[in-house]
Amino acid sequence: MNIHEYQAKELLRRYGVPVPFGKAVMSAEETGTVAFRDFVLRGISTIVLKSQIHAGGRGKGIVVHAATNQPVEVAAKQVHGVTVIREGNVADKAYQLAKATFGNKLVTIQTGAEGKIVNRMFIEEGCSIGTEMYISIVLDRQTGKNIIMASTEGGVEIEKVADETPEKIIKEIINPTTGFQQFQARRLAFGLGLSGDGFKSFLSFITKLVSAYEDMDCSMLEVNPLVLTTDNKIIALDAKVDFDDNALYRHSEFNDLRDLAEEAPLEVEASKYNLNYIKLDGNVGCMVNGAGLAMATMDIIQIAGGSPANFLDVGGGANVERIANAFRIMMSDTNVKAVLVNIFGGIVRCDRVANGILQALQQVEVNVPVIVRLEGTNAKEAQEILQNSGMEFLVAGNLQDAAQKVTQALSTKVKV
Amino acid sequence: MSVLVNKDTRVLVQGITGSEGTYHTSQMLEYGTNVVGGVTPGKAGLMYSGKGDDQFTRPISVFNTVADAKAATKANATIIFVPAPMAADAVLEAISAEIPLIVCITEGIPVKDMITVNAALAGSKSRLIGPNCPGVITPGECKLGIMPGFIHAKGSVGLVSRSGTLTYEAVKQLTDVGLGQSTCIGIGGDPIVGTKFIDAIKLFNEDPATKAIIMIGEIGGSAEEEAAAYIAEHVSKPVVGFIAGRTAPPGRRMGHAGAIISGGKGTAAEKVAAMKLAGIVIADSPADLGITVAKAMGLDKPKVVAATRPLAKVATPKVVAPVVVKTVAPTITAPAPMPKAEPIIKEIPKSTLAKAAAPVAKTTVKAAPVKKEAVKPTPAKEVAKPAPAKKEAVKPAPAKKEAVKPAPVKEAVKPAPTKKAAKTTSAKKTSKK
Repeated sequence: MNIHEYQAKELLRRYGVPVPFGKAVMSAEETGTVAFRDFVLRGISTIVLKSQIHAGGRGKGIVVHAATNQPVEVAAKQVHGVTVIREGNVADKAYQLAKATFGNKLVTIQTGAEGKIVNRMFIEEGCSIGTEMYISIVLDRQTGKNIIMASTEGGVEIEKVADETPEKIIKEIINPTTGFQQFQARRLAFGLGLSGDGFKSFLSFITKLVSAYEDMDCSMLEVNPLVLTTDNKIIALDAKVDFDDNALYRHSEFNDLRDLAEEAPLEVEASKYNLNYIKLDGNVGCMVNGAGLAMATMDIIQIAGGSPANFLDVGGGANVERIANAFRIMMSDTNVKAVLVNIFGGIVRCDRVANGILQALQQVEVNVPVIVRLEGTNAKEAQEILQNSGMEFLVAGNLQDAAQKVTQALSTKVKV
Repeated sequence: MSVLVNKDTRVLVQGITGSEGTYHTSQMLEYGTNVVGGVTPGKAGLMYSGKGDDQFTRPISVFNTVADAKAATKANATIIFVPAPMAADAVLEAISAEIPLIVCITEGIPVKDMITVNAALAGSKSRLIGPNCPGVITPGECKLGIMPGFIHAKGSVGLVSRSGTLTYEAVKQLTDVGLGQSTCIGIGGDPIVGTKFIDAIKLFNEDPATKAIIMIGEIGGSAEEEAAAYIAEHVSKPVVGFIAGRTAPPGRRMGHAGAIISGGKGTAAEKVAAMKLAGIVIADSPADLGITVAKAMGLDKPKVVAATRPLAKVATPKVVAPVVVKTVAPTITAPAPMPKAEPIIKEIPKSTLAKAAAPVAKTTVKAAPVKKEAVKPTPAKEVAKPAPAKKEAVKPAPAKKEAVKPAPVKEAVKPAPTKKAAKTTSAKKTSKK
């Protein structure tokens, strides 16, 4: 699960990780009010206004009009996802920028051309940056341990650093038996070229960051840039947190942090029915039991000349309600020109699935060809049920056959 | 011969009285697996023979702890159907009892718990398969898992896979082309698993009954690349590979917690390239898994018993289909013979055959890029892109996935503090060993 920067910083603050003073705002009016009351009145003259979306590259990203996709301007200047305001009527400038941003789309390198609507912004106190660095903690799958990665190349994508100058990445693996140790903190600090107060400040910072990561069951925690201020203090200027979904059951407080506006509406809908659905751009919907088989089914759709419209794992249950919901969600995607149902019944019996499909199709209107491949327990009975149903299915005997029938359905536009 | 399990394997079931544990124990007993005992804390002394529709062929003794069960039954393997919040504790208990083979079916174990388990495994006397896996089966001898037994056939191909139902697909294709399987190992779809591809490949390489190996990978991580580097150096048996998820978008978890392309790493293309360099024959389509193995073994005309069923085209108007809702539990017994039909093998292009006939060309195999790939210390960020998280996981219990995964057992969910304490104790015990 992903959360916004302001939420991540609020959580880190609880662990004592130094972050700038900041306030989240939900409208342009609130932006103006908060900027004045909580910043200007407190003598803060430099503020940073940051759009809150679940995507990186916001600083370089530009705000475009939600309807026209034309870049919006304030004072004859393009509006970016992050703006530093340091002169004049700071609160009014923040208001103007927020007014131009709220409800419009922010297009960054990570959002793709369609961008993301900005519904939340974050006002932060500016700080005087001495050095920008990078630090993150993730799981290292190869060793099955958490790894800390640090680099003097702050503000740059770590993948880029890893590709171009891998020697600039310092790593420390956390031994699960002993836990993170101070010698590791020192090695990281020396590796980043820190000394004096900055060195000391970093030791405290990294120790708290590791405990935040472990305590919150994060699957990723990235601070980029990590800043050494001109007065030699370490501060997290940005923060990205991803939680381990499997561990969310022990952090019920994180439920409130989920921002459904950041998720594709169909995926939110699917999650209500415990369907694992991911929307894609293709023209053939698919409904499969099991993640691996679902991926393989997407692949075979491509081999058959189509492209997958979604990933959809209905799980083993495959009862009428789930199948009906799965069809409904798939069919809400208007790009879908055919549907491939591929169920390998191990524990779930195919005849039950077949009956589930028939019932589901009574409830949901499906006006594209449906290719059904049921294999495993009672597969033969299932095929008979489908064939005697009075409905037109393209019943496939095996995967190869299913692929051919997808090709056929796409080329002849068979109507059901 | 086979690997990991055979007719002499003595099996414990941890969580035997839960609904998943009960159902699958009944299925394992039907298959002929030598289940010698079960573990459910607080139910020692019970002779358990199933409940509801899931009746065992014989009663099984239940014990309070794995150590007790092992002492009484001389079990040498255990299978875990314990809900995710307590599953890591169950694995640690089995490690502490020095059970040589532990299969953990449970899906949804937190990564933090698996880091602890992984550390406890190092230097222990146990091997873990999974979690989040279908288990292990040696056809005709021992089914230590949740896979449908009847699709398997005794044979010569070792199968290792990260998936569940896709594994069944491969098994069925191998059975259909008449090759069968020596042993099938489902290693699981999580980021941390006890047994990786490379470990399974080593076992198959040393097993005389395994004549060829098929590895079914998927996007995410670099386990396939590590295995490929090993295969290039050490394996002379034909190896066939398939990677699921060529069409998967980056930054999204494709169902399995471990199936994610992050920071541009872990793509199908990368994996396929590394595997090809290692001399592994790639099945491009998941429909060709069986045939590709047959070809790689030099059998260009394998006997095919796959059924090509006729196309249903009933032109009558829509009618409501009669709904037969049977409440009887599925009983899987003897292998059901598949209906014979026309062979589906098409003409094989000569070039493919030639390549397949010499699947492991050792001279080209030791190419540097493979090794480099494998030695790379994986700088990739685990989750670089702000992908919306898997939704159902927000709920306190993992979603039930009947066919592949065990559902959480309700009554066993205890408050977190108790569990945490128990786990710590168990972990300490293990690390002292």
